[in-house]
Amino acid sequence: MDEALRIVFVGHVDHGKSTLVGRLLAETDSLTPQKIRQVEEICKERGMKFEYAFLLDALEEEQDQGITIDVSQVYFKSSRRAYRIIDAPGHKEFLKNMISGASTADVAILLIDAEEGLREQSKRHATLLSLLGVKTILIVINKMDLVDYKKEVFDAIRAEYEKHLASLKITPRAFIPLAAYDGENLVKKSQKMPWYDGPSLLETLDGLEPPASSEDKPLRFPLQDVYKFDKRRILAGRIESGRIHAGDELLFLPSGKTGVVQSIEKWRPPQTSGACPPLREAAAGESIGMVLEDQIFVERGEVACLPATAAQVARSLFVHIFWMGNLHLEKGAKCVLKLTTQEVECVVEAILKVVNSSTLDEISKSSRSVAKNEVAELILLAKKPVAFDPFDAVTETGRFVLVHDRQVRGGGIILKKAEPFSAI
Amino acid sequence: MDPLDKLENQSIFILREAYKKFDKLAVLWSMGKDSTVLLWLARKAFFGRVPFPAVHIDTTFKFPEMYAYREKYAKEWDLNLIVGTNEEALARGVNYETTDPVTVCHQMKTVGLQQMIAREKWNGLIVGIRRDEDGTRAKEKFFSPRNIDFEWDYKDQPPELWNQFQSDYDKDTHVRIHPLLEWTEIDVWRYVERENIPMVSLYFAKNGKRYRTLGCRPITKPVDSDADTIEKIIEELKNTKISERVGREQDHSQRYAMQKLRAKGYM
Repeated sequence: MDEALRIVFVGHVDHGKSTLVGRLLAETDSLTPQKIRQVEEICKERGMKFEYAFLLDALEEEQDQGITIDVSQVYFKSSRRAYRIIDAPGHKEFLKNMISGASTADVAILLIDAEEGLREQSKRHATLLSLLGVKTILIVINKMDLVDYKKEVFDAIRAEYEKHLASLKITPRAFIPLAAYDGENLVKKSQKMPWYDGPSLLETLDGLEPPASSEDKPLRFPLQDVYKFDKRRILAGRIESGRIHAGDELLFLPSGKTGVVQSIEKWRPPQTSGACPPLREAAAGESIGMVLEDQIFVERGEVACLPATAAQVARSLFVHIFWMGNLHLEKGAKCVLKLTTQEVECVVEAILKVVNSSTLDEISKSSRSVAKNEVAELILLAKKPVAFDPFDAVTETGRFVLVHDRQVRGGGIILKKAEPFSAI
Repeated sequence: MDPLDKLENQSIFILREAYKKFDKLAVLWSMGKDSTVLLWLARKAFFGRVPFPAVHIDTTFKFPEMYAYREKYAKEWDLNLIVGTNEEALARGVNYETTDPVTVCHQMKTVGLQQMIAREKWNGLIVGIRRDEDGTRAKEKFFSPRNIDFEWDYKDQPPELWNQFQSDYDKDTHVRIHPLLEWTEIDVWRYVERENIPMVSLYFAKNGKRYRTLGCRPITKPVDSDADTIEKIIEELKNTKISERVGREQDHSQRYAMQKLRAKGYM
């Protein structure tokens, strides 16, 4: 069985996401009769025609107001593979929920209403997806039925959006004209748009390759905890990238300590002993324990690397962030930077550039603060050295969240180590 | 990576985060398939032991097979088992004969849990819910805060990015940790099969009926089934169009019942 592909649907609040997802579930036979009956009843009571969106919106307020408030996750299968759908709200108010949902996706599908065209949210979502590092993006121009399936409308929106996406260095894998409510180009190719020669949305999804594994990247093993339940001293954590072998010499960063892997540990129940030789190797994604030949003092936050392909270490970082806090992020503000299992106090040393995430217009070169839903280039100065990679080199150690007043209020990616500020 | 391995590794990561972040941590164990898989994963995460209490909020209305199973495996797995019951509600005569199921569930489970938290001061509670069980559970986070009144503020949940979970709250807030959130019912059974995890016998068909979920005896109904082995259960689930919790009366007694129960602190 192939691993499920995680797809997030994003788009402006009225552009028909939940309807599309609901219809997709119905057409792929992924719903229980009870669920359909339940929605039929609600719609009947309210005197409206069957509303596919209600299949996803579980909260009373969502069905009353017709807006998705929080992320829903549902599952469906095609003949090719399983999918996990993340339906994220489109409201500006709920942007942080959309970001939560999109941050775990392999593929993002951006929805645009053919009748309304590009909206502020459509542009903002694209900006955020590029910062979240979602690499595969499909664009759906929905509600084509409302514009009589006209090619010109599709072409015009496509041209305008392509321009915006190009400025973000995003090249979508496909633009698909679609009418979700009627299922045109959703699962099967539509007869109503003969001018479109590409595959339907589901066919496009089925044609995508599974996401690349991080196994072939340099080893990054952030320590999560150290256990001393018995006489062993077990370093526990998840391998974020690369591979680890018994006998490897490891370099722990930021401390610079070294140690040799004696064994890789995983627990198996006693009755299966016999059939369970000690592990020689483990790879990205595995949660393991590790015992070193010599005991050294290392703790949570250290990142184990191989010396030849070690991570970088710095206190001053040049980053791109998006801000989700109601309070502005001010120059000089103190935050906690959380990167893998590292948690380090830091200060916003400089705000180099603030952009409106929908228009991409630069708001200010010398702004003193970043408002909610804005995107910014900053220099963060950490109190202690941080082990990291540029986001383009190793995704898992190139991204972080910012905790401000105990709340996760920002997220971002590291571009590079910053030069001392005075030199910029 | 095999999909089950991926789920297992992610759940272990979450369990280890919880163990690091909460000094007063416990896991809820109902003896059902999900929370039993959760205990199994905890034994994997912590190399053969469960280093926090396993808590059964006992409504006293469970099946005898479940109580027998609880005693057997609490001993075999060396669990620190804590059983809590809302004695005050029982004394008042709260039961399924006199009271509607939503009220009994709230009193015996949610209030019962509230009493235990007040007594034991847990700030982290590991719970085996899954997103595919119910629309409101589909909106859950891995680390989900509950205030002193147990309320779930589903409109304003903390963002969860890149496995960074918010764990720092006031002392009156406890955090529900959901390591099985991404598992589906069929994943759970495939894992039970692969790992050879013992299950309560009620899950397996007898005389054409089996229990798909286990709750309180008076309001949990079996489904028609001939699946008397794990293999057959998996085969059945591949083809079924019936939702898992169809046999749980409290979910269906009124519209949005689960939302109402869960907003007040139900698991």
